[in-house]
This record gives sequence, C-alpha cells and structure tokens, in this order.
Amino acid sequence: MDQVLTAILLMTGLALASGAVLALGYRYFRVEEDRRLRALEDLLGGSNCGACGEPGCRPFAEALLEGRSRPSQCTVAAPEAIAEIAALLGVEPGTSARRVARLHCAGGRSAVPMLARYTGVPTCVAAYQAQRGGRACAYGCLGFGDCQVACGFDAIEMNSERLPVVLASACTACGDCVDACPAGLFGLQRVDQPITIQCRSPLEGERARASCAVACDACGRCALDAPPGVIEMRGGLPHVVQPERATEQCTYRCPTGAIAWVHESQFAYDVPLSALRRHYG
Amino acid sequence: MLSFSKWLRQRPRGFRHGTHPEAHKDTTSGLPIEHMPMVAEYSLHLAQHAGAPSRPCVGPGERVRRGQTIAEPDGFRSVALHAPVAGTIRAIEPRLHPAGGLSPALILRTDFLADQSTMAATVPEPGDRDGTLAAIQRAGVVGLGGAAYPAHAKMRIPKDKRVDVVILNGAECEPYLTADHRVMLERAGAVVGGLTVIMELVGAERGTIGVEVNKPDAIDALSRACRGDPRMQVVPLSVKYPEGAKQMLIKAVTGQRVPLGGRSFDTHVTIHNVGTAAALYDACTAGLPMIDRVVTVTGPEIVRPANVRVSIGTPVSALLEHCGGLRPAARRLVMGGGMMGHSQVSLEVPTVKAFGGVLALPGTAQRTPEAPCIRCGKCLDACAMFLNPARLATLSRAGDVEGLKQANVQACFECGSCAFVCPSYLPLTELIRTGKVLARRTGS
Repeated sequence: MDQVLTAILLMTGLALASGAVLALGYRYFRVEEDRRLRALEDLLGGSNCGACGEPGCRPFAEALLEGRSRPSQCTVAAPEAIAEIAALLGVEPGTSARRVARLHCAGGRSAVPMLARYTGVPTCVAAYQAQRGGRACAYGCLGFGDCQVACGFDAIEMNSERLPVVLASACTACGDCVDACPAGLFGLQRVDQPITIQCRSPLEGERARASCAVACDACGRCALDAPPGVIEMRGGLPHVVQPERATEQCTYRCPTGAIAWVHESQFAYDVPLSALRRHYG
Repeated sequence: MLSFSKWLRQRPRGFRHGTHPEAHKDTTSGLPIEHMPMVAEYSLHLAQHAGAPSRPCVGPGERVRRGQTIAEPDGFRSVALHAPVAGTIRAIEPRLHPAGGLSPALILRTDFLADQSTMAATVPEPGDRDGTLAAIQRAGVVGLGGAAYPAHAKMRIPKDKRVDVVILNGAECEPYLTADHRVMLERAGAVVGGLTVIMELVGAERGTIGVEVNKPDAIDALSRACRGDPRMQVVPLSVKYPEGAKQMLIKAVTGQRVPLGGRSFDTHVTIHNVGTAAALYDACTAGLPMIDRVVTVTGPEIVRPANVRVSIGTPVSALLEHCGGLRPAARRLVMGGGMMGHSQVSLEVPTVKAFGGVLALPGTAQRTPEAPCIRCGKCLDACAMFLNPARLATLSRAGDVEGLKQANVQACFECGSCAFVCPSYLPLTELIRTGKVLARRTGS
C-alpha cells in the first residue's frame, strides 16, 4: 500500500513541478504573434505555389502584415478572399491583372512530321536530350506532359494532339510549368490580352512549314495588320511589343494559325470531360 | 624473377568496375585509312566544340580557299573554323546538329575547278609558348575524343597547378570504333611528335601513351616511334569499358583517383586523345588547320565498312554512299561510339569535329519493355564512378533534386555501363541524364 501511495505522490509531484515550469516559461518567454497571421493564412488557402514571389503562404502573409506586399499579388485566392484580406488589414487590395500560362507552340501530333521513332523514357526532358524526340521541329512541344506533372493545381490536361491544355479558370500563374518545360515554351500572359503567339521556331518560309504545319513562317502579315508599332518581326517570329493595343484583326490573315486570339483555354477542343467538369462544375 | 618484374612492368593496367561490351572492331581494324573525295556541298556548324561557337568572318557569296579561316574564335574557350575545300559560301542558316537540335552552320558549295591546295598558316617558333597556343587556337584544334574541348584551352594550366605526366588516350574502348587505332598505326610518328609538343607546352617531364592490349600492333608501332626518348612510355591497358574515360585512364596509368568534381590537373595529369596529338603535330610543324578527321563508318548494316579521313561538314548521306550505302535492315544511325554515341534523326546531318564514328545498326520498332528492378546490384558493380545507378534512376523518376545532388548525380559521365548490364532493361543512363538536367536546372 505504501509503495503505491509513494508512486502516486511522486508522479503527481513531478507533474505539478513540470506544469509549473511550463507555466513560468509561457509567462516569461512567450512570443506575441499577430493574431491576424492565422486568419490571413486561412484566407490565402495554403497552396504554397510561390506565384506571389514569396516562398509560401505564411511568408506572404508576413509580407502583407509588414506592408511589403499587396493582397492582390496572391493569384490563387478568390477575389472575395482578397477583398476580405484587404478589409482585415485596412489596405487597398491593389489591382493585378489575372494571368495564365500560355503555350507558345501549336504543333501537335498531326501537325509535326516525325523524322525518327523515339522509344526512350517518355518524359519531355529525356526526349529533348535525345534529338528532340525525333520531331521535325526542334523547338516545339514534345508532348509527354512534364508540365501536367509539374502543375500543382491540375490545371493542365493533355489533349489528343498531345498538346497541354491550360484550363484558364484553374491556372494561378504560379510558373511551375514555365520551369518544367525543357523547350521553354510556356509564358505567363494577362488574361485580358488574348493575343498569343503559338510558335517558337526561328525558321522562315518553306523550311518552317516543312517542319510543322502550324509553324510561323515569318510572312509578317500580323505585323502589317496590327496598329503600327504593336507587333515587330524579329528573328523569324512576331513579337507583341504592346499587347494592350493589339486587335483580333491582326490574327485573321495568319496562313498557319501561329498567331491566335485566345479567350479561354488554348487547344481545348477535346479535353476529357472529366477534367472540364472538375473545374466548370 | 626477372620475368616476374618484367611482367609487373608490362601487365595491362586497369580500374575497378566497368563492363565488357562486344568490341565489333575486327571488321575495320585492319582497313587502312582512306580519303574521301570531295562532295558538292558542306555544312560547317559554328558550334563544333565545347565553349562559345565560332564567329563567322565570311559572308554569303564570298569565295574561300581550302584551309582558309571562315569563322574566328569567339573568346578564349573557342577555336577557329576553316573551309575544308575551295568554293563559295552559299548561306549561313540553321542546320541539324548531330548532337541534337538546329544550330547555325556555314553552307559551302565546292568549286571543283579551283586550286584545292591547303592554305597553311605560319609555323610558330619553337619555344614560343604563347605563340604556339595561339597558333593552335587559330588552327581550330579541338579534342577528337568526343567532347571536342579546345586543345589550347586544355593546355593552359592554372597558376596553382602543375602537370607531371601527359597521358595520350589511345584506349578507344568504345565498341565498333577503330579510327584511333588506325591513326596510331599509320601516324605513330605524328602521335609521338604531338606528345612532344604537348609535353613542352605544359612543362611535363613524362609522356605516357595508354593503349588497350587488344591493339598489340598499335602498341608496337608507338613503342618503336618513341624508343629514342626516355621520357616516353607506352602503357598497355586492360580491355574494359570505359577505359578511355579520363578518371579511369588516370587510375590505370598513375594509380591516382581524380577527386569528386575535380579536374585532371588535381592529380598533376593532363589527357589528350591520340588523334588530337597528331592534329597538334600537323598544326605546329606544318601549320595545317583541322579541316578533316578520321571517322570509322561501320556497323552490321553498312555495305562496305571503312576508316575514312573525311572533311568536316560532309553530309552523312554522302559518307554512307562512299561506303556503299546502307543495307535494307538498317534502322538506327549513331554518330560517335556504340555506347555513348548520339542517335541521328536524319541522314543530312554533317560530320563535326567531335564524332569519330558513324554506325549503322539494325533495330526493332519497340525497345524491350522494362521490368521492375530486382535489386541484383549489377549496375553498382558496373559503375566505374562507384555511384548507385538504380537509386539515381529512382530519384530522377521522382524528381527528387535534393536527393540526386546528395547521391552525386553530376559525377556520372553517362558512359552507359549501368543500362548495358541491367537485366531488367531499365533505362538507367537515360534517367540519370534526365536527373542531371533537373539538378542543373534548379541551381547547384
């Protein structure tokens, strides 16, 4: 009986002593955290995509509290959430145009002739190392979907042409696909500026068309049809210098469709319904 | 006892690990080097070497003589490029490069009626070190072993380093290739002369030529050529792949290991290919530019295998035609060696300074399907860099960049031994190559 009592008393005493140490520790070494930080983190969603330029959502929330960033720099959170954050902090939400990833290539499976059969590892990086996967165009999309794997928002689906379809509603412009593409074909572009150049081949004329049916052959019609100074021809490709002034008219005479006016998603003609349902309900 | 010490000196030196791929060298090793006649058009890539591509110094429509400089070196790690024939520059345009992709090339149309004697540069004064290095750069000499590193850049030794031994690489461990073998046989004097030039330029006391023992005639020829010089020695090497890689060759000849991520200088050694030595000899004694190289055209699907001295920029289609063309079963065309060469997608690619082989191989439509790794460890025993290829491949598939770096992925030089021995047909080398790209992309 004695032994049992001793054990109970000893353990109780130990617990009380430890509790006292913890209580004192909390009293004197407590770090005061801004209560808004937790709220901000919840509102931001916690995807840690890095599109804002910060390493993750918490550093971004800290940057918001210190006034280094504006709420609208988060491209993932819904507009209502942004407004709520702005109200919470008592700052202007700021304006930042929504951006999406656009592919600067339209050369799908049926457009580009194959010079050789590629039987290697089915990833874009591997195919790029091995003679660009045997495709006649050395600059275009390799079609193995490294970008689809890299996308953390399920915003990229490969269509039957083996071109990546960026679902505009799901894309947060985090830039992961830009880094993943070995051919460097992705660019982040403002949604309200639909002019998109869908080719990266510097080849011109007959050689360009021989390598891909939808290549830019540098005819320069888009540059002529656009308001002066909006599109420049450089190195066999058009460059949109002032995208805000571009008009849909400059895409009309393109003989190959290498310059396009994209409102929603590129190449979205046959994306699996399941994928569309996921985002459009 | 005497014979034992003799054996100790003459035994083939080797390294640990490695593989023994079928050599396939008998078809061409006995064939003398032949010259290929001129063709109508040459495309000369500006990126013939590792480093900055050459800068063209002639324009379309300009007439050039054989051996005339048509592109200048662009910076120190770059060399000049010369016209392989007399003719007219037609254009500068993107062409397929054997190493992949398109890159700008000078298109030269041959003038068959013009004087086809080679323009030679002035020979540098013996003993003028800087002048000789500059002359080598102007002569466009690059390493002919495969990496095409500018030769003069390799011979400028950093101030805090010294070189005791110059090793000439005559291992030629790649299957099918016999180009170096023939050069060692037919131009033994030039190879040894080149070795003397290199030894003087880097201030080395000893010169060593490493040759695999499956080329006894080459060992004899070189031994005879360097008999008068006590500083030189021919070292027989074990017949094993990748004996000709720099780390393995240094281990075999000097017994030292190059530290991880280190250079040959760290073991006071510098390595040049035997073909490069012969080219250096030509450049330094006769002022001849590097406008051609010896290429082994072989493989089971070539009608008339041969060792050909072929002008840089010759279309592979013309080279194949010179060798009787392809057999109907040819499915794959590889430039370089059988293990590390590059598969080609077109017969229109031109030869470049880097590649010493054109292989026509049969092939099946699909590769053998891969099976799961059975943990047999054969790839570990094959890897001459003592890496774990199966683990690197898994990390590469998972995209684990940190893990790849910790497992020293950059130490792999893609010799292909691991994939060669894998009983599950896993594409180990491909996956590791992908992993190297991933690791490089996210900074080091």
